[in-house]
Amino acid sequence: MRPNLPPFQERAGAALRDKTLKLAIDRTTGTAERNRAVAVAAWPEFQSARDLGRDIRAHVVNNIDHYLVEFERNAVASGAAVHWAATADEACQIVVEICRKAGAKSVTRSKSMLGEEIGLPHALEAAKIERVETDLAEHIIQLAGDPPSHIVWPALHKTREQVKELFAASHRDPGAMEDVEAMVQAARRELRAKFMAADVGISGANFLVADTGSVCTVTNEGNAELTTTPPRVHIVTAGIEKLVPSTAHAMALLRLLVRSATGAELTQYTTFHTGPKRPGDRDGPDEFHIVLVDNGRTKMLGDGLAEMLRCIRCGACLNHCVVYRHIGGHAYGGTYPGPMGSVLTPSLDGLPASRDLAHACTLNGSCQEVCPVKIPLPTLLRGWRDRSWREGLEPRSVRRALWAWKFVATRPALYRAVSAFAVLGMQLFAKRGWIESMPLAGGWTAHRGLPAPASSTFMQQYQARKRAAK
Amino acid sequence: MRPQIGFAALALLEQAGCTVEVPAVQTCCGQPAANAGDAGGARRIARQVITAFEGFDYVVAPSGSCAATIKVQYPELFAREPAMHASAMALAGKTHELLSFLWDIRHWQPQGVALAASAAYHDSCSGLRELGIQAQPRRMLGKVDGLELRPLEGSTVCCGFGGTFCVKYPAISNAIADDKARAIEATGAEILLGGDLGCLMNMAGKLHRRGAATRSFHAAEVLAGMADGPAIGETA
Ligand code: SF4
Repeated sequence: MRPNLPPFQERAGAALRDKTLKLAIDRTTGTAERNRAVAVAAWPEFQSARDLGRDIRAHVVNNIDHYLVEFERNAVASGAAVHWAATADEACQIVVEICRKAGAKSVTRSKSMLGEEIGLPHALEAAKIERVETDLAEHIIQLAGDPPSHIVWPALHKTREQVKELFAASHRDPGAMEDVEAMVQAARRELRAKFMAADVGISGANFLVADTGSVCTVTNEGNAELTTTPPRVHIVTAGIEKLVPSTAHAMALLRLLVRSATGAELTQYTTFHTGPKRPGDRDGPDEFHIVLVDNGRTKMLGDGLAEMLRCIRCGACLNHCVVYRHIGGHAYGGTYPGPMGSVLTPSLDGLPASRDLAHACTLNGSCQEVCPVKIPLPTLLRGWRDRSWREGLEPRSVRRALWAWKFVATRPALYRAVSAFAVLGMQLFAKRGWIESMPLAGGWTAHRGLPAPASSTFMQQYQARKRAAK
Repeated sequence: MRPQIGFAALALLEQAGCTVEVPAVQTCCGQPAANAGDAGGARRIARQVITAFEGFDYVVAPSGSCAATIKVQYPELFAREPAMHASAMALAGKTHELLSFLWDIRHWQPQGVALAASAAYHDSCSGLRELGIQAQPRRMLGKVDGLELRPLEGSTVCCGFGGTFCVKYPAISNAIADDKARAIEATGAEILLGGDLGCLMNMAGKLHRRGAATRSFHAAEVLAGMADGPAIGETA
């Protein structure tokens, strides 16, 4: 979790009051939802592709040690240097050290959620290395000083109107910016010189291909190429779960990833990087480093969260989540928002600080329904609820209320009596069929009317009818 | 809360040729405990439910989320107790949500049921995604004379109820319910129908607070010809 955050309810409340945020969320997630629906409808084998996607990812997760060794062997054979990082801090140290050795004053970076997860932007800042974001959205949030609010569109919380203002205030030559394309050009003008001057480029990875030792990245702007080709040194940071057995497997997952994320057939740019520049290559880096990051992933395997490691970061679960659609990404407080984030954050940042995430979910199941690798997100969230209960993290008020309810619910005669009594009590607060406020019901009646119950329960009426029939 | 839904279910099951009993030893399916993370408490209540319904051919609930708790959650709750797991599986196999039971198992259809009204139907999440209930209620309601079903934009999107979610996170729940209420109002339908009382109370309560004239009924009330009286939140 980001430091010094107010409690979840306050973060969510602030987000709910922000009407511009709602507009921004609706625009991007609404478009993504519609485009995905079209793409899925036009793909008759989509369901079997999901099964295949799930199986490929599950196979890798279950055999991760095997594929890690194979990947390392082939990556090293292609001339890459492979580094292992057990923790976020270790990963950052490795990256900063490579930058130092390269004498880098500035680095270019293309979008990588893993980079955010391990806190790489802060580590670079602390090491006084200038960070130039090549992804338009990352550039926007860097200017705004915000963390990403979506795993595919990090600046989703900003409307284009807000971006225009931001560029006008901070770019040297913003131009007229009459449309999105002109805004992209404004950012390019601002950044191109820096792209070319950077000594080191840092990128993430969408897939690590075990049998070739290649790193696959996909982008829509072609910016990853700017990060990875001009600089002398290219560093890839990737979670160990990004492995796939072969290029064919990567392509199968890529189809699922892209259609689930944006509804497009393929991203504009799909690149496989294999090793540094070889003699005779026209371009490419002199040094190619791959930092493989665990940061809690092997622990998740043992913690009943292996299924979560199948995630290919498509963002569909966020786009289809009613809660995310209303509160946006920042309210979640961790690196990853939405349903997948609510499963990952307790593991990454600890359950005590994030127990709300597992509960702030209606368990409606949309996320699981759209997930291209069929991750049972609601079941995993339930797992965190169980754990929070077992570890005594649930508030006392909740435990007391549930204790009283269980006491009654395990005693049928008492249950009937209490129900009969409760409906009578509720009558006292009813006016013309509705209860507009009532003690203990504020959570409900603050926002909606509570239909008054009938004056006797079903069981009372049913038993009376049975008696009458005798 | 609304005994009439129980009596509508009773009437429909009898029309579909069933002999119906309502065991007095039942209370609740235990969903509040299961969703709160209190697996032990949920198991205690589940045991009670499993015993209460041992002697019956079918167990039918007029709610997708209660039926789904029994069909989907119970077996998971007893995953590590083989004997109880078998009993939970047996109960899960014979438990059904009312509307899908009538259509899929009993092949029942309404005959001579009439209601002159326009309606919007909301698909409650548990029934829809855990039990695959979507076509059945619409097919049956389509055979009610005079009833016009209007398409509801986002009918499969959650209404924001979510059991205790709606009181634990009232502001988020409200924002979701508000969107749902707007979509319902936009259909111009006179009545809102659904298959889960929790969701219906949430939507009806929101519509009421917004001053909408939409009236809400459980689909079973319409099918049983009992939708001529007060709707949810109306007095006689
Ligand atoms: S959990 Fe599934 S839907 Fe969500 S981002 Fe990961 S792969 Fe996509």
